[in-house]
Amino acid sequence: MSDTQLAWVVWAVLLPLGGIVVNLVVGRRLGEKGIGAVASLAAGGSFVLSGLLALALLQHPEGGIYRLATWFNLGSLTVDWSFRVDTLSVTMMLVVSGVGTLIHIYSIGYMHADVRHNGDPQRFRRFFIYLNLFVAAMLLLVSANNFLVLFVGWEGVGLCSYLLIGFWFEKGEGGLGNARAAKKAFIVNRVGDFGLLIAIFLMIGAFGTLDFDGVFAQAAQAAPALLVAITLFMLLGVTGKSAQLPLFVWLPDAMAGPTPVSALIHAATMVTAGVYLVARSQALFLPVPQAQAAVTWVGGLTALFAATIALGQYDIKKVLAYSTISQLGFMVAAVGMGAAVAGIFHLVTHAFFKALLFLAAGSVILGLEHGHEHAGEGHDPFDPQDMRQMGGLRKRMPLTFAVYLVGALALAGVAPLAGFFSKDEILVAASERFPVVFGLLLAAAFLTAFYMGRQLILVFFGEPRSKAAHHAGESRPLVTMPLVVLAVFSALGGALNLPGLHSLEHWLEHSLVGVKEGHFVWAVALGSLAVALLGLGLAWLVYGRRAPTEQDALARPLGPLYRAFERKWWVDEFYRLVLLRPLGWLAQVLAGPVDLGLINSLGDGLGQGSQLSANWLRKLQNGLVRSYALVVMVGVVAMFAYLLWVR
Amino acid sequence: MTITYYLALSVILFALGAVGVLVRRNAIVIFMSLELMFNAANLVFVAYAAYYQLINSQLFVFFVMTVAAAEVAVGLALMVAIFRTKHSIDVDQMSALKG
Amino acid sequence: MALGSVILFAVLALVVVGSALGMLFSRNAVYAALFLVLNFATVALLYLILGAPFIALTQITVYAGAIMILFLFVIMLLGAEKLPDTARSGRQRWVAALVALVFLAEVGLYVAYRGSNLAGMPALTADFGSPVAVGLALFEQYQLPFEITSVILLSALVGAILLTRQEKQRS
Repeated sequence: MSDTQLAWVVWAVLLPLGGIVVNLVVGRRLGEKGIGAVASLAAGGSFVLSGLLALALLQHPEGGIYRLATWFNLGSLTVDWSFRVDTLSVTMMLVVSGVGTLIHIYSIGYMHADVRHNGDPQRFRRFFIYLNLFVAAMLLLVSANNFLVLFVGWEGVGLCSYLLIGFWFEKGEGGLGNARAAKKAFIVNRVGDFGLLIAIFLMIGAFGTLDFDGVFAQAAQAAPALLVAITLFMLLGVTGKSAQLPLFVWLPDAMAGPTPVSALIHAATMVTAGVYLVARSQALFLPVPQAQAAVTWVGGLTALFAATIALGQYDIKKVLAYSTISQLGFMVAAVGMGAAVAGIFHLVTHAFFKALLFLAAGSVILGLEHGHEHAGEGHDPFDPQDMRQMGGLRKRMPLTFAVYLVGALALAGVAPLAGFFSKDEILVAASERFPVVFGLLLAAAFLTAFYMGRQLILVFFGEPRSKAAHHAGESRPLVTMPLVVLAVFSALGGALNLPGLHSLEHWLEHSLVGVKEGHFVWAVALGSLAVALLGLGLAWLVYGRRAPTEQDALARPLGPLYRAFERKWWVDEFYRLVLLRPLGWLAQVLAGPVDLGLINSLGDGLGQGSQLSANWLRKLQNGLVRSYALVVMVGVVAMFAYLLWVR
Repeated sequence: MTITYYLALSVILFALGAVGVLVRRNAIVIFMSLELMFNAANLVFVAYAAYYQLINSQLFVFFVMTVAAAEVAVGLALMVAIFRTKHSIDVDQMSALKG
Repeated sequence: MALGSVILFAVLALVVVGSALGMLFSRNAVYAALFLVLNFATVALLYLILGAPFIALTQITVYAGAIMILFLFVIMLLGAEKLPDTARSGRQRWVAALVALVFLAEVGLYVAYRGSNLAGMPALTADFGSPVAVGLALFEQYQLPFEITSVILLSALVGAILLTRQEKQRS
């Protein structure tokens, strides 16, 4: 590839930043349409550039590296602002900028209503600035050519996530709920980032470089114990960013952000950064099966664990959030067991259908808010995200229902929609290397189908259970148009890597190491399809046939187990007890006796001491010239005495 | 007759000058004591000039004298200026910089 | 011969120290100035003995003459020959005396310690320290310092004028 072509990657990263600048400088005069157009065009421009890069890669699949500048030299360590153009990074860039652009367009319509609903239209511009910043940071993350530039993007997306979760920071439970959720996301991610930082430090120490090629080339000869340490610390970073056990707790709370944010950041792109990292670093994981097993187990357990919680949620976005965690578990398990292509494949299809589901859920929420106002209950407390308040929206929002159905079926893994193929590949890989994890994932797939069936029924079928639902109406075309596009992708995304063709695999094998020829196993495919249909059917049996009550239909038969689902297995409570309490107590001790008592009195003592000594010393400064002269004379005599003494 | 006598005389003169600076309150007398100390130093120069047969040493006396003349001119002008504002040349009265 | 010079030195030294003490203890600044003139003149005699006739004459004309006249002039001008008694620092006197004594003792110790190195004074040639010799050295070796001295004197002149100038009433 020529240098001019490689330079496009830099422009792709810089374009959203340019959008920010434009919106910052003249955004106030552009109006909402103008702001949205600028931001969407910036993201769309990145998508076009990514597409051009992909076209160029078709000619030269080996890709290339674009070195923009040297960042710093530290001893023998040199870190460059360098970008990597290969099939993996361009695939990620396409997903990020493509889904990102659609969500930008959707947000123009969604935020128009949202800023008015929340009573601050001035924040419209801010939202798009954050969104563009996110796209830029994410593109930097996936196009970086060394771990430090990747880390810059990694932190950048974390920052945007924080800013956007807390977008309505004065809202939420007790006026603090959203701010608290943002803080939680940031702090939990910090724990993960700490792991990634340690991994980076270990790499500097062991390999003396952070460039991907340099690190991976030396990985084969490195001591296994070192690689295990690096990969496990990296895994900690992955569990933070990609919301895996045990650091997943921030993602459900992150739903406090506006719905497009949940779709873009907390479903389609940012949370997949961990998956991308492991896929990119396959060369580090492949020589150490223990680390691979750890990653796989984390993914498998998370997949099942989150799926059970999703069963017990009533908030439409919370269900999707736990579903996201669960699906991320699938991806992490896939990249963990070395099936990186399957993991990336699922990442791509998941980006389509989960973004679709979130955006459609946003459309539902808009419809309900609209219906709520229309019903004349303008200021009553009302939660437009509670599925118990919905029902029967099929007829009132037909387009939303149609795309939601596509997304839900794709997520459930019904053939021939996208989710079926990608999930199937993961299951095949798992059945070959990790039978137990295969069982976990199969159970998670079953639960996925079940809770999506439950959600479909609760939201769209039956009779409206509130006035708001009764008066709900279809959203504007600006909102539904991206949904249709995403629905098409969700339906046809499986074509990317059809069995027998393996086009994605042949595409990615230029940049991923250890790609094995994938194959199609009829037994697994039919089994997973059967499981999906079984889950949906069971959901129909449980929820579809009778009118839902306040209590969930599963609550009685499952008893305390369902209570555990509903209460999210008490993970938050457990963390509060085990981590937050002792830390709070420690902070109290440090703040009270140690800081106020010891350190503060130390400072006070120093101040008083210098005041006292100053009071005493100022007597020397008596203004009498002769006594100064006397002091000088005494000094002369003393010096003379010293000279006599040493001679 | 050794140079030691001259050195001893010079030191005594110097010490007396120093005592004058330290004990007298009259700024003009303090200046005079200062001149006495210069004089003591000059005496040593001249004595060593004779001892080492070196004319250079005498020239230093010449320079000291000119600088002392300059110093006296400025110093006495200062005295006059101070006397105009404070109506006294008692150095103990000049203690505005008291801490 | 040697005895004669020792006696001469002793007499002159007595006058020098005595006039210095007189200056130190005279309450009247005018007396103090006159004692200082005596002192300078006596030291000038010592310079003559030490073979420095040019310096001796400069001492008398510049020091004992010009500078001391300046002193007396200022004393007269300010009318500051006597100060009122304000014993603000009685202790200072004794401490100063003590310090001076310690200083003397130190120098004494030093001389006693190293005095053996100091040989007798050599005999001086007739033209040593003559105005001709001094002038030649001054304008051959010390030309630049000499010129700098003139600058110093000039700036002192300007400074003195500036300091004593009466501010004109700007009414």
